[in-house]
Amino acid sequence: MKSLVILGAGTAGTMMANHLHKKLDRKEWQISIIDERKEHHYQPGYLFLPFDIYQPSNIIKNVKDFIPSNVELIQQRIEKIDAKENKIILSEGEIINYDLLIIATGAKIAPEEIEGMAGSEWQKSVFDFYTFEGALALRNKLRNWEGGNLVVHITEMPIKCPVAPLEFAFLADAFFEHKNMREKVNITYVTPLSGAFTKPKSTAALEHLLGEKNISIESDFAIAEVNNQEKTIVDYGGKVIPFDLLVTVPTNKGDELMERSGLGDELNYVPTNKETLQSLAFKNIFVIGDATNVPASKAGSVAHFEAEILTENILHYIKEEPLSASFDGHANCFIETGHNKALLIDFNYTHEPVSGLFPFLGIGPLQLLKESMLNHWGKLAFRWIYWNMLLKGIPIPFVGSHMKTAGKNF
Amino acid sequence: MEKLIAGKTVQVNEEGYLTNFNEWNKEIGEALALEAQVALTPKHWELINYIQTEVKNESPLSIRKIGKSGVVDIKDFYALFPNAPLKTATKIAGVPKPASCI
Repeated sequence: MKSLVILGAGTAGTMMANHLHKKLDRKEWQISIIDERKEHHYQPGYLFLPFDIYQPSNIIKNVKDFIPSNVELIQQRIEKIDAKENKIILSEGEIINYDLLIIATGAKIAPEEIEGMAGSEWQKSVFDFYTFEGALALRNKLRNWEGGNLVVHITEMPIKCPVAPLEFAFLADAFFEHKNMREKVNITYVTPLSGAFTKPKSTAALEHLLGEKNISIESDFAIAEVNNQEKTIVDYGGKVIPFDLLVTVPTNKGDELMERSGLGDELNYVPTNKETLQSLAFKNIFVIGDATNVPASKAGSVAHFEAEILTENILHYIKEEPLSASFDGHANCFIETGHNKALLIDFNYTHEPVSGLFPFLGIGPLQLLKESMLNHWGKLAFRWIYWNMLLKGIPIPFVGSHMKTAGKNF
Repeated sequence: MEKLIAGKTVQVNEEGYLTNFNEWNKEIGEALALEAQVALTPKHWELINYIQTEVKNESPLSIRKIGKSGVVDIKDFYALFPNAPLKTATKIAGVPKPASCI
């Protein structure tokens, strides 16, 4: 019996377990998935928690409910990957041998990377919304906050869901307007990028929306420290921005397991072939989702498209065939803009997000790079799709793993 | 588009980055530094060489990475190139502007 081990039972790992248990010859292959966590969180829901749009019960389910019964779920902490010996060492000392390994251990925030960020004001006036605890603490703060300078901030790229901080700024604008206190709040969007987003056409559209919503933007800001006494953020060039409430996206890093195992880069991401998703260091290790260093968005949609490609390549690898399935960097993201509207963007390694109709040429019905109510309902419907289709590896109709160019205005 | 830099016509993009590194030479680097109001010292050149090597090895650049390069720390990097250091340094080095990928 051969052993395929998946590390991480988040979005990417769970999808791989669901794909592979149907595709692998089960007389020949044993599949195991290792994750110490008991709860599976719908991470896009963290955006809505602070504004009381979602409740915790909407976004938390049990990990084991999404793992097929013939896949062994091991709920223990992983101490180390010994890639030279094809072994996983668990924290209790147990050793698991593998023939094939899939790393899907994701990324998490590391506020300790910036001086003062995890300091005395953490979860008092400095918040993140990339963790459940952070989003919940921020919700409690926002319920009673009386206004002032709200600074929405990105520490450094890459981050999970790069559009989330923009969505946060848009939703905050709508939230305070709804509470009849928008005039008491100055919203500033602070980014290390040169503009609202990384690609020119979407940057222009998003900066127009920021202006419309009276949100000011500070670009090229490389944070050096959070000053807890003065309540300011300071950049290496000497720029100082005061805040009453700082909502920051701290540095994102891959799992520390990669550092312990000598498999990560300087941010603990695993160097990965951006097309085949094979590890650059070991042929029998594949990497998926936020854990890779590939130049695609760290987003659930990317993990979803990668899962289809990786499943094909795992099958090729087992049959000793060339890894012919190739990931194109496809990402598909709704961007909430407040007031029950959203934008939709669709892009890949080589094609930036543009306007047009999705998924059908000339029909849509979803509009790309343009605000609409339908996009917003699409985003909300996605939670159902996530729990009921995406995690289980059921294909989403009309949305393929490779990006289509038809219907788009390049 | 074409641009005349240090007496040589080279291809640049709309932001002024060289599109073909083979057209770069030290004189062009110096002229681009002058445009960016940076006076190049040996430390600048050491960093420019580091950046060119990393790009040649297809290793993505970031401010964090420069800080861990062993050439300079992040504070020194800002002291060398006070405005948007990574963008300025890559332009002078004749390599593409880092994508800071999404």
